[in-house]
Amino acid sequence: MNSLNFKSVTVIVLLGLLLGVMYTYKTYRVCDPCELTVRSAVTIITHEVHPVSPDHLKYKQPSIINGRKDVVTVTPWLAPVVWEGTFDPDLLNPIYKAQNLSIAASVFAVGKYIKFLRDFLETAELHFFVGFNVHIYVFTDQPKAVPQVKMAAGRQLSVRSVPSAKRWQEISARRMELIQELIEAELHGNNDYIFCLDVDSKFHGHWGVESLGGLVAVIHPGYYKDDRSVFPYERRPLSTAYIAPGEGDFYYCGGAFGGHVGEVQQLAKTCRQNFRDDAEREIEAAWQEESHLNRYMWINKPSKILSPEYLWQDFKSREPEIHIIRFSGVVKNYAEIRPNI
Amino acid sequence: MPKFTTCWVTRNKLSALFALHLDYLDLQCEMNLLSIKAVSGIFLFVLLLGVMYNFNTNRTLEPSEKTEGTSVDGCAAKTITFCPEGHLKSPDHLKYKQPSIIHGRTNVVTVTPWLAPVVWEGSFNPNLLDAIYKPKNISIAATVFAVGKYTMFLKDFLETAEQHFFVGFTVHMHVFTDKPKEVPKVKMAAGRKLTVHTVPSADRWQEISARRMEIIQKLIEEELQDNTDYIFCLDVDSKFYDRWGTESLDRLVAVIHPGYYKTNRDVLPYERRPSSKAYIGLGEGDFYYCGGAYGGQVQEVHQLTKTCSENFKDDAKKGIEAAWQEESHLNRYMWINKPTKLLSPEYLWQDFKSKEPEIHTIRFSGVIKNYAAIRPNA
Repeated sequence: MNSLNFKSVTVIVLLGLLLGVMYTYKTYRVCDPCELTVRSAVTIITHEVHPVSPDHLKYKQPSIINGRKDVVTVTPWLAPVVWEGTFDPDLLNPIYKAQNLSIAASVFAVGKYIKFLRDFLETAELHFFVGFNVHIYVFTDQPKAVPQVKMAAGRQLSVRSVPSAKRWQEISARRMELIQELIEAELHGNNDYIFCLDVDSKFHGHWGVESLGGLVAVIHPGYYKDDRSVFPYERRPLSTAYIAPGEGDFYYCGGAFGGHVGEVQQLAKTCRQNFRDDAEREIEAAWQEESHLNRYMWINKPSKILSPEYLWQDFKSREPEIHIIRFSGVVKNYAEIRPNI
Repeated sequence: MPKFTTCWVTRNKLSALFALHLDYLDLQCEMNLLSIKAVSGIFLFVLLLGVMYNFNTNRTLEPSEKTEGTSVDGCAAKTITFCPEGHLKSPDHLKYKQPSIIHGRTNVVTVTPWLAPVVWEGSFNPNLLDAIYKPKNISIAATVFAVGKYTMFLKDFLETAEQHFFVGFTVHMHVFTDKPKEVPKVKMAAGRKLTVHTVPSADRWQEISARRMEIIQKLIEEELQDNTDYIFCLDVDSKFYDRWGTESLDRLVAVIHPGYYKTNRDVLPYERRPSSKAYIGLGEGDFYYCGGAYGGQVQEVHQLTKTCSENFKDDAKKGIEAAWQEESHLNRYMWINKPTKLLSPEYLWQDFKSKEPEIHTIRFSGVIKNYAAIRPNA
């Protein structure tokens, strides 16, 4: 009798303990980015508070009356939109130089796309975060074909092997997963920011610290004057990438996005998960990861937006508001380079 | 809502529980084997259910549920550390006018050279921003000093704040005064309250102005750190005329002074003596900011007020008082520590100034006053 009571009491106590743990767990929520940011908070603390400028720095006096008036330089949620003439590199560079940052860039060169790599890497040397610590990660199925490009001090390149794929859509879709894994495995604690860029593009102008922010999107050059009803969002409600008519801010590029590594990790993880959820229901979103990215950025407003200067298309004629082209997709014959139509 | 919560790692908790269970098994080894198995079986089954339940709940958690006190997304480990810049989350299916990067408010500059937004009427969507911030359950504090004859401005300040300042949000007004009995009773909406703090009188208005920084610093340390997300420090001799809301929220927020925003920087009334801690040299400085309205996240404002207060004291030891007291020190601070958001002169105008074409609305403005009548000294 006694031993039976004792056992019952023990079971009840243990159950109670379990419930207590569950309650405490729910009250103090654990979130994945949370754990990671605790680990990495120390390295990023100083420059995430507010920008600190060196004393006695000399640069042109700012104005709130005179400046770039032909474009809108802030979103309705008050994130800055970066255009030539809106920022002062003489001010921004010293601010960021002092933080000893490290910027990662991911680029995928799978199958015939390897042919774009040389131009991408060589022009990056000329324009992409010149004077800063840059680590370019090349994902390819042909590691031996990665060109040797002379890189300046503080810049390096790593090659990561990935499998080939029969469908270009698959390559595009897997990128999010690989970016997420890269950040988790290597970037936390080593890199502050990451930009994920399309390989079939070249740099033509400065791309630097003005592009740094928590969550950074690039406005697609093809749609920024269009009504949102014609944006090529995923329009089937069944897809996790669905954006309904009358919704959406801009159409963002899947070929250039970035931000703080923690933010991009969350983006990549969510997009990857959503892509899988869709696949389970046999849906592939209209523009694969780009659709998922657009969905993500509709809900998770970018903290900084880069104008179409930051990803143009060589075949497009120049528009009057585009004063400089910094990064642009080269003209290409899709039939020649894609593994499938 | 906690502002500086630690991330709770539950994996340790669960392992501890499992270890406890193993200990229990050891102690009871001489008991009836079947009973032990039954108990263990029940326990492990329940544990499994609990783990599955938590795992399922965890997967749907939004990481950005952490509080605004540190960053928009993520969490902070401690008071002194910050999580990376977050982003704003918008409710799904929210309907509002399509944004454009070609059409909008373009007769003014809406971004600084360091890419901080400058807030003007027409540059933001209030419905979108309110919908973003409402679910975050933020709390905003406001400080206002009404010392000596300045208590006469309190009623208008408080009443107009009720109509325009963060309407619909949780607001806590902190009134600092040497005459607590003269603080008017103003009916406040739900979620809004007022606290009166007693401070000593002063013979010089400059002293009152100078002490504000230290008092605000102490208020944050003693009362606001754990329960307030944002704070705005405002002059009492002003009234609200139009919306002042979520568009003004950011880490470190300055207001551009209405008297100098078209002026060459070399004639801005910065402190120009190199021996002062507030010194800004010729050819330096971005804008002239108001001492009468500034704010941001509480830890940022804490750092600002602490620095300014210390610098003021350092100056005092050398027998210097900066040209415009704390306003000079604030301008110095914000020259080095760039504000993350600027509010246009809409956010602190002066009633005696005629309206300028770029000012489409006046939100908060200093009332006309007879300084001789209200200041304790000239």
